[in-house]
This record gives sequence, C-alpha cells and structure tokens, in this order.
Amino acid sequence: MQEAMTTYLVNLAQQPWGLWWLQMRRLVRIEVRRNLFSWKAGWVYFLAFIPTFIIFMHFALASHRSSQISEDTNVLAGIVQLYYIRLGIFFGCLSIFSRLIRGEMIERSLHFYLLSPVRRELLLLSKFVAGAISAVLLFGSAVVTGFVFIYAGFGAAGRDYVFDGPGLVQLEAYLSITVLACLGYGAVFLLLSMIFRNPMPAAMVLLGWEAINPVLPSLLQKLSVASYLRHLMPVSVSADGIFALLTVETEPVPAWAATLGLLALIAVVLCYSCYRIRTLEIRYTTD
Amino acid sequence: MNDRIIFENVSKFYGEVLGVNRISLSIPPGITTLVGPNGSGKTTLMNLMTGLVQPSSGQISVMGFSPSNSPELFRILGYCAQFDSFPRGITGWDFIFDSLMLHGMYEAQAYEMTVEALQRVQLGDAAHRRIAGYSKGMRQKARLAQAIAHHPRVLVLDEPLNGLDPMARAESIALFQELGRQGMHLLISSHILDEVDRISDRVVLITGGYLVAEGSIQQVRQEVREKPMQVLIRCDQPALLAAKMFSVNHCVEARLHADGKGVFLRTGDIDQFYTMLNGIAAEGLVKVESVAPADDDASAIYQYLIGSDGGAS
Repeated sequence: MQEAMTTYLVNLAQQPWGLWWLQMRRLVRIEVRRNLFSWKAGWVYFLAFIPTFIIFMHFALASHRSSQISEDTNVLAGIVQLYYIRLGIFFGCLSIFSRLIRGEMIERSLHFYLLSPVRRELLLLSKFVAGAISAVLLFGSAVVTGFVFIYAGFGAAGRDYVFDGPGLVQLEAYLSITVLACLGYGAVFLLLSMIFRNPMPAAMVLLGWEAINPVLPSLLQKLSVASYLRHLMPVSVSADGIFALLTVETEPVPAWAATLGLLALIAVVLCYSCYRIRTLEIRYTTD
Repeated sequence: MNDRIIFENVSKFYGEVLGVNRISLSIPPGITTLVGPNGSGKTTLMNLMTGLVQPSSGQISVMGFSPSNSPELFRILGYCAQFDSFPRGITGWDFIFDSLMLHGMYEAQAYEMTVEALQRVQLGDAAHRRIAGYSKGMRQKARLAQAIAHHPRVLVLDEPLNGLDPMARAESIALFQELGRQGMHLLISSHILDEVDRISDRVVLITGGYLVAEGSIQQVRQEVREKPMQVLIRCDQPALLAAKMFSVNHCVEARLHADGKGVFLRTGDIDQFYTMLNGIAAEGLVKVESVAPADDDASAIYQYLIGSDGGAS
C-alpha cells in the first residue's frame, strides 16, 4: 500500500507541471480575450451591469437620508439574491460557459485545440478557469460598483456603515457568493453544453429546479447551486408573493459547510466533464 | 521509434452508419495519397489517426503513439483538416502563434516559427488581418501554415488543394514534394488526382469504407493486371498498327489519337502486347516513336477499381 502510494507520488512529481502551467496560462489568456472582447459578450455585460445602472440612477437622482441605509442594504441584498444569483449570473454563465466547448463545435473550431499537444483535461479545465475569470470579473465588478453607488449617496453615514460598520463584511460575502455562483453555474453549464446539442432547455429545467429547490427534501437541496449560496447571504431577504419561494430559509447550514458543499459539487461536475472530453469526438456534421 | 502509421483491422461506425470497415494499413514515410469518392471514408481515416474520432474496433499507431488523447503525438503531427472554419475573430498571425505557444515554446521561438510558416505558404502580407476577411485560398493557406508551423514529422492534409488557384496549387505541391524529400510522412486526400499522383509515393484506394487497394501506383496497377490496360503508341501509321494489334484476341479496344499520330490500345495481356509490338516494329511495317502507359496513374486505376473517375472524391 505504502509502496503503491510512493510510486503514485513519484509519478505525480514526474508529470510536466511546468509545461501544463504554461499551456494553461496561454489557453486562459486566449479564452478570456474572446470572452470579454467580442460582440457576443455584450449580452453578459448587459446582464451584469443593468442593476448597477439602476443603482447609479438612484444614486444620482434620489435623495439619501441616513435612516434609509438599512432599507438600501436590504435592496442590495435582494438584488444579489433575487437578481444576480437567480438570473444575472445564471444566464451570464450560461452564455459564457456553454460557448466554451459547444460554441466551438458549432463554429467548427474545436478540433484546432484537440489537435494541439495539450491534454484534453487540461484544455477543459483551462477553458473553465477562463470562463470563471471572465464571469467573476464582470459580475464581481458590477457588484462592487453597485455597492459603492448604494452607499456613496449617504456621505459620511455611508462611509461609517462601510468602514466602521458591517459594510465591508457584507461586500466580502457578496463577492464570495458571486465567485461561488460563477464557479458553480459555470461547471454545470460547461457539462450541460457537452451533453446537449442545445443546452438551453436543460438550463431552463435547472432554473425551475433552483426555484423550487427550497421546498424540496434536504437531500435534494444539496443538488443546487443557489441553495448553498443562500446560506452565505450576509443579510436575510424577506420577500412577498412568488419571490417568497426564492427566499425560503429551510435548514440552517454553516457558511463553511455550504462553501465546501458547493466546491465538492463543482469538483464532481468537473471530474465528469473531464471524463466526457476524453471521449469527445469531432463530428461537426452531426453537432 | 516506429516510423510507420499502422491501422490494424480498424473499423468505425457512426451509429449504424459505416465509416470504415476492417482497414489494415502500414504506411511508411513518404507521400501517400488517399483516393476515394465522397463518403468513402477518407476523412474518417484521417480523423481516426489524429484522434478526432475513436475507432469502434481495431488499433491505430502513429509513429508508435496511440492517437487517443496523446499530447506527445501532436508534437510530431500536423493536421490540415477540411473544415473551413477558425476560432472567431482571430488573425492569421494569432492563429499560428497561439497554436505554437500551446506547444510550450518561448515567445521568441514561436515568433520565428510563425514568420517561417507564413513565409512558406506566402501569406506574410495578410498575416495581421482577421481570417474572416481572407479569401478561400488564403484560409486554406492559413490552415496549411498552422499544420506545418511546428515542423511535424507527420503531416495529414485533407483536400489541401481545394480553393487554391493554379499558381498556389503548384506552390503547395512543390512544398509537399520538399517535405516528402525531407523524410516526412505526408498523407494527402485530394480529388485533383492528376496533380497529386505525380508526387505520390503510394496510393490508398478506398470506397464505401473498404480498402480497395494500396501500394505504389505501379504496384496497385499490377494488382489489377487482369483488367485491360491502355497504352498510347506514337507512330507514323496508327491505323495500320491498330488493325494489326486488333487481330489478336487480348487487344480489346483501339482508338486513334486526336492528332492522328498515335493510337490508344487497350490490352488484357500487357506482356504479350509488348512482344507483339516489338515484332511489328522489327518488321519495319510501322515506325514507332514512343510507347507509354496511358492509364498508369491514380485516376485510371481508380476508374478500374471503383468504377468512377474519382473526380468528386
């Protein structure tokens, strides 16, 4: 057993990690460039920054009284939980990650990568990292900008809330949620795009699943990205009507458990995606 | 290291559709032409040896490497596929430079090799333009440049002359000849047989997913020796020669050349044919200027074997 472990570790150390790192950096650079600087990225920019624009309008046009800070804090939490997690990041990641493999198959250009001296698993993980960087850059900066505009209008009271109050902790939580949401939805959409020729119907099913997830048994709740993220929200959001379904708080889960649970889910999905790409065939006429 | 491309009883089915069936080949270095009509399995064979599709059964080895997820193989292999598509928004330069960087090269080395590849296909002037704005011929050149940029030992070219004007075709063929002389493996599929068969060391004929024949053009011709062979004889009295030759039963067809100074004769026994021709020439009845096989090329062999002229592979 010990000998087998030693052999495994020696083999692991002998792998060309330096080359893989170099190849990954290059692939990530190529993909990030294409994700962020193409006209197709316009839709993702729109999804990311439309709430920021609305918050900016509120900042520029509305009057701000220090008594409204808690109200605006709730609004920001609602935007993150009800818009970004449920819709903005969901559809943004659908757009970014489903293009990484499926988009290249539609454009008949994936074979160039498969013919390069890069392990297919590395190719997939590099594309995932590039998609995650692109999504986090867009949605993370949108959340930060929105946060700044929410509290900038309150002047000294806003500064106090951010720097001497719970503001920075909340921002950190929102950014963590954004990163985890991008990674979680990204992994799922990358896999869906490899399984289905058109991942949109499957994405719609996932959207429905995420919506009804809070009222499902606790075991099934573990198969959801949003359910893990809900437990990380720094401000609880109360909602009425249909939105109440999206904010149901069921079993309380510690933040670390939610984070590890989501990371485990991402790892499982990525492992299966690696298996899929190893056996992927280029048959553009049928794809 | 094994220097051959080996297919051992390889079959590929796309669901219930046959791609190729029980193909066994051992291809040595040099220029090999794949010939076959549309849907015969040429591209499937190329995709199998580059790992883009997996065989349903059988084994493939390219220079000792299995094509399945093998980065080592792709260091020595270049594939110019027939798909006329590129990563979106990319320039010719970036297309080649990026692919070289994925080999783990330093930027300076990748830069030099990109310049060299672009010069070899004479695409240097348009290198920094987006490929989307290229003509079909330029896109073909860009793919070829990308396939040869890393100095592969095996070059697979699927219809590499498509879309090229006559000058570019001649340049490409000269390039293939040069690469072949350097001891490289070149596997070419093309429907422009009269251009590629002149530079081919061997041909592989496939139809309907089955291997029909393989070897040098002369060897393949030998394999179909029972089929009538056509010979062009340049002489001063072609009609008389045709009458003489037609009197023997192995001569099955005679046709005068359009210029009236030669005759095409088709014979089922080439050895007897030459013996008799020598006799006629020795008698002095006909002054023979030249004798040449008129169908000892891939196109004619293709006609014999597959029953098509191979013009639409």
